[in-house]
Amino acid sequence: MGIIVGKDTIAIVHGITGTQGSFHAKLMLEYGTKIVAGMTPGKGGTHVHDVPVYDTIEEAQVKHAANASIIFVPAPFAADSAMEAMENGIKTIVIITEHIPIKDAISLMARAKQVGATIIGPNTPGIITPGECKLGIMPAHIFEQGSVGMVSRSGTLTYEIAAGLSRSQLGQSTCLGMGGDPITGLNFIDALKMFADDSQTKAVALIGEIGGNLEELAAKYVVESNYPKPVVAYIAGRSAPPGKRMGHAGAIVIGKAGTAQSKIEAFREANVQVAERPKDIAELITKRLKA
Amino acid sequence: MKLFEYEAKTVLARYGIPTPEGGLAASKSEAHDTAAKLKPPLVVKAQVLVAGRGKAGGILFADSALEAENAAEKLLGMQIKGIPVKSVWIEQRINVKKELYFGVTTDRFAQKYVAAASASGGMEIEEAASKTPEKVIKTFIDPCQGLWVFHARQIARKLGYGGNQISDLARILKSLYDAGMDCDAELIEMNPLAETEDGKFVAADARIIVDDNALFRHREYKERLMEGESELSPQELEATKNDLAYVRLDGNIGVIGNGAGLVMATLDTIQYYGGQPANFLDVGGGAPSEKTAVALKIVLSDPNVNVLFINILGGITRCDEVARGIIEARQKVGVTKPMVIRLVGTNEEEGKRILTEAEIQVLESMEEAAQHAVEISKHGGG
Repeated sequence: MGIIVGKDTIAIVHGITGTQGSFHAKLMLEYGTKIVAGMTPGKGGTHVHDVPVYDTIEEAQVKHAANASIIFVPAPFAADSAMEAMENGIKTIVIITEHIPIKDAISLMARAKQVGATIIGPNTPGIITPGECKLGIMPAHIFEQGSVGMVSRSGTLTYEIAAGLSRSQLGQSTCLGMGGDPITGLNFIDALKMFADDSQTKAVALIGEIGGNLEELAAKYVVESNYPKPVVAYIAGRSAPPGKRMGHAGAIVIGKAGTAQSKIEAFREANVQVAERPKDIAELITKRLKA
Repeated sequence: MKLFEYEAKTVLARYGIPTPEGGLAASKSEAHDTAAKLKPPLVVKAQVLVAGRGKAGGILFADSALEAENAAEKLLGMQIKGIPVKSVWIEQRINVKKELYFGVTTDRFAQKYVAAASASGGMEIEEAASKTPEKVIKTFIDPCQGLWVFHARQIARKLGYGGNQISDLARILKSLYDAGMDCDAELIEMNPLAETEDGKFVAADARIIVDDNALFRHREYKERLMEGESELSPQELEATKNDLAYVRLDGNIGVIGNGAGLVMATLDTIQYYGGQPANFLDVGGGAPSEKTAVALKIVLSDPNVNVLFINILGGITRCDEVARGIIEARQKVGVTKPMVIRLVGTNEEEGKRILTEAEIQVLESMEEAAQHAVEISKHGGG
């Protein structure tokens, strides 16, 4: 079980002939992820790790009918690649690429809503349902099949906390990297909704950081939905000094949200325990599950 | 990337938005020539990218071309919040009847651009926005539709305008939106957008922040950024050039890590144990030895640093490569300060062996390593 990806995921790797794409396609194949095709314009007809490469997703889909894409294409072309996947009926799209212009990301998310596609990222380590499917670049050995649904805004910090959960025998149902960019496909609330319906997930860990107001909104959702499973959180950036602010309009839209303090307070009010150190997450979950 | 006021105003003028008549000057003689072409009274504004320029004395008024020339000379010799003034913008003063605010930015949760307008613009806009948010007119822009002139007319009405002024104002708002989209602005604003005594609208000040990730579509700005004409400190610029993220802080523990979230958590953990981080530095993925060397150099250029804490979680990054990178970098840069290293993940045993042989201690837990670094920093480091 787990969410979004599992045994039934059949994926295409966009940019499979590049250094990153080829390297990670190999690791995903080794993990057991079903990768049926790769895409690089101009390289159609070749093979990478025995996976056939196509010039367009349209051609790949005729043969393979994939339901997921993972994108390693450079930032100037990544949004185009995701649009191509959606146009060809792919409903789960992981965008590893970072530094995609915000204007492109906004267009992409609007299109995803129209066609009912799920976008993970941009700027994400991807998603893993341990033991079933890894659609991402995370080191697989850190993860163990288990009961904690993880959703995070960062990469290595997620590994840090995931490793702690594995050490404590809790493991993960699915670990989802939302992506570190200001505009991402899925947010904490989307993930919370999916984890609520997943029978394997017994508790949820939210890994947030300063900036934006997604954590505050998630806290509000936990209260309003009377969330059925224990939720714990970690917020990175408590020690970050205020500053580097985005200017008047940003302040007008978001108000005082965005600081670590604002997020921690919002979670505390929602009965979401906030870990002071990354390693405390596992202990907090163990306690909540026993209670 | 922040644009200078003169750059922002040039963009606005290109889209037909009225701005005060003006020109740029980088020396007293240029100021003389520029001012001579303008009709007094004039205003002379330092072109710096730091906020609060007005309060720091960076804006001077002049009733004649000669006064403007002298004001320019004064400003060009000044530093504003540590940043030397390299140029001034001289423009004609306008008779302001009312100051409005209009800006376009992104809303992360709505995943849309949002236009914000207020009938009370100027210096106090932020305060006004937090105290009376209902007075800020927000219009979310459907990405499939964009902002049309009718949206802008609706905003003009809500700002209280009627008659010919509706169309005048709406055209300016729509043009600002177009300019913002075309230059990939994260933020574009006119503050104030002045209504003059004769009922016209003029963008008295303008600000544009271009999305750094879209600079590949805007070569002219990218070149300026790389030439060092930016708001970044020399260390920050050096970091940017090497694809590293560096922010200087006030403490004495130099920090290097991989991944923004992990580095932030490292700083938090240092503080949890009572220490003070000197910086944030994310080397990103891969971290080859040249990058590690640059990172060490940047962190050590801060004289307050008395201990280095390197926290690497090797996922795809291999620990043995990182370990070799650290040793090479230490030799290249000549590190004499004590180092605390936490290194776990792929090929961790090999990484540890390499560092231990070089007499560098390696710790496994981030918490333990942070505590250790804090202790060293409190005893004055090395």
